[in-house]
Amino acid sequence: MTAALLGAAGVAFLAINTMPGCKPNTTKTMVTGDAASKVYVKPGTHDEFYNFVSGGFSGQLAVYGLPSGRLFREIPVFSVDPESGYGYSEETKGMLMTSYGFIPWDDSHHPELSQSNGVPDGKWCFINGNNTPRIALVDLGTFRTKSIIEIPNSAGNHSSPFTTGNSEYVVAGTRFSVPMGDDASRDVSIKTYKENFKGNVSFIHPDPESGRMSIAFQIATPGVNFDLSHAGKGPSEGWFFFSCYNTEQAYSLLEVNASQRDKDFIMAVNWKLAEQLAKDGKGKRVPGKHYSNWWNEETHSAETTVYEDVLQLDPKDHPGLLYFMPCPKSPHGCDVDPTGKYIVGSGKLAALIPVFSFEKIQQAIAANDVEGDFGGIPVLKYESVLHGEVKKPGLGPLHTEFDANGNAYTSFFVSSEIVKWNVEKLEVVDRVPTYYSIGHLCVPGGDSKQPWGKYVIAYNKITKDRYLPTGPELTQSAQLYSIEGDKMELLLDFPTTGEPHYAQAIPAELVKPREVKFFKIEENKHPFVAKGEKETRVERRGKEVHVWMTTIRSHFAPDNIEGVKLGDEVYFHVTNLEQDWDVPHGFAIKGAANAELLIMPGETQTLKWIPTRVGVWPMYCTDFCSALHQEMQGYVRVSPANSNVPLEAYTLSVDAEL
Amino acid sequence: MKTNLIAGGLLMAVISLLSACGGGADNANAGPPGAAGSPPGAAAPGKSEAGLFTAADITLGDIDQGMVEKGRSTYDVKCQACHSTGPNRVVGPGWKGITERRQPEWIMNMILNIDAMLESDPEAQKALEECLVRMPNQGLSKEEGREVLEFMRTL
Repeated sequence: MTAALLGAAGVAFLAINTMPGCKPNTTKTMVTGDAASKVYVKPGTHDEFYNFVSGGFSGQLAVYGLPSGRLFREIPVFSVDPESGYGYSEETKGMLMTSYGFIPWDDSHHPELSQSNGVPDGKWCFINGNNTPRIALVDLGTFRTKSIIEIPNSAGNHSSPFTTGNSEYVVAGTRFSVPMGDDASRDVSIKTYKENFKGNVSFIHPDPESGRMSIAFQIATPGVNFDLSHAGKGPSEGWFFFSCYNTEQAYSLLEVNASQRDKDFIMAVNWKLAEQLAKDGKGKRVPGKHYSNWWNEETHSAETTVYEDVLQLDPKDHPGLLYFMPCPKSPHGCDVDPTGKYIVGSGKLAALIPVFSFEKIQQAIAANDVEGDFGGIPVLKYESVLHGEVKKPGLGPLHTEFDANGNAYTSFFVSSEIVKWNVEKLEVVDRVPTYYSIGHLCVPGGDSKQPWGKYVIAYNKITKDRYLPTGPELTQSAQLYSIEGDKMELLLDFPTTGEPHYAQAIPAELVKPREVKFFKIEENKHPFVAKGEKETRVERRGKEVHVWMTTIRSHFAPDNIEGVKLGDEVYFHVTNLEQDWDVPHGFAIKGAANAELLIMPGETQTLKWIPTRVGVWPMYCTDFCSALHQEMQGYVRVSPANSNVPLEAYTLSVDAEL
Repeated sequence: MKTNLIAGGLLMAVISLLSACGGGADNANAGPPGAAGSPPGAAAPGKSEAGLFTAADITLGDIDQGMVEKGRSTYDVKCQACHSTGPNRVVGPGWKGITERRQPEWIMNMILNIDAMLESDPEAQKALEECLVRMPNQGLSKEEGREVLEFMRTL
């Protein structure tokens, strides 16, 4: 959500609440008596759906159950997580490396489940990093970030990471157009936007086996702001659609200056053609340094590949690659219905919803039915490609999801409601208020070929009075509605972490069978693994002291270390020897300037520790592991830099003479 | 995880009682023949209540040195952190003389089927009361379990 929108919304919101005639229904009139039973999940039983919800400015991905709204996990993705050691352990630091160095935070907006045959398959969940443009792939076997790729020649990766029907590609687009190329080309006055600023859209290929990502190609575009996107499906398979605003090419006070034109664009990309052109060597390598990071589950460590350039396709050389379709008033959402026949644009300042017909788009292209060009890209005639408009649906349409019965559900930020309408007939059939000011919404499978339906979830931008107050900063919130009947029915409010933007939901049965319960110690190939206490030891390598350490309920081996000196860097390589589900051990040492480690069964992780004072330092297990958890501790003796204390590590044997 | 381990133990006990009351196949009161009430040192025949293995499943011949070495390797990675080869307890009991104190099928069941044993075998439950740490399932194969048993016989 842009600052501009929030500002406008605040005003609109107040206006709605002070105008008696427009005031939304109260909760009392909204919630029916049996709502509780519809969201009640008995203790010890499981929810029907997983709900993957973006963390927004937390940079993470949150996992909830539906219909209960219970939070299960906050998966660390783009931001460091001291709780698990993500971004702090030596092995995980590489996941957050970019061409700008180590970046400990991002703004994550859009979770997108991987698909097979146009339907979410429960294998991966992608999510975009907005600020330092990146895409992450989360493995739904481990619920961990498996790979992160940096997007070069991009600024603000918002229209991302939407997928093609078999996850051949996920996409990225520049929210901010910027000058690109070498240093001299990039060092230009902001006032030269029209001449020098360019956009582009990227197609990223995840390897189907490893999940390692690489950029297949980028397509250069005129300078605009790309906002959201979705792949075609069925008849429109092979095409991708991106909404864009700021076709005014403003570079200051966009709130006003990017809202001048009556229509901006939805850009249609023939990605099958682009793929063929790339294959045929029609692109050229252009500067674009970027990192691709990948988590190796055998070494329990990040691996990084650095690329210096990227393959670029210039649409001027390849007619038929890109087309613009006029779309009213700064379109935001760009959503394709389950049949793949219709593309819904949501002009966030418009009082109507335009629906484009893929068939008509193809006819217009064939007949060269254009009204001109924009930056050399043909602009198709609005009337020629339009299926029709939903008239006066509400104020501020943002996003649309679908059910399997031909209905669309569109969120309206300004009028704070969800509007259900029939896609073929373009008629509003129901509307329901949200509390307050909905942004994204989600129907399980709602952007795929086969929506599971059942619920629509509203992810709201404003919380106000819905929960116990917690000072100036309030919880973020979501609301669950049933869409099983003719009328949408509010069932539940639930608080969320970060700011929820987009979310996706999938039947739990498609994910649960993939679960990894622990890592097999036999398969651990970490260079510092200790497979059993026999392999534990300590070794000095100059100023580095390496400790091969193990954990099991409830002790460390070794638990006594002497001979560390001031000026040393100590690396604790901790292997959790447990081979059972749900038995992590934690590792913390006094004065550690980074975080703890939380080590899963069979895994090895490393904490770097630089002692700052002479003395004996305690270390302990942080995750309550057994009745003797409080006994799971040890000591490290640190001596002056010039001391002669020999380096040794020991655990006394129970059978030794004490 | 966290404090749930202890709660888990309690829950487990409740479940056992309930299934007994509900007329389930397991009858907690009856106990396995020769197990409940028999002193640990007694050469009790028969099998564990929850056992995958009965006495008939395991044949002990002359010590097989090849199996002993394999068992020792598995021990080093997956057992040694908690079990000494001497007489004293680290987390679980020391293994010196263990095969004289326990039936081979009981040992195999403890290695390979710990959750069911802790649920219904009185001797396993007694051991938990003493050690206070639920023995983890370390994911051994049947073959590896048998090799560890062979290694124990040399201690």
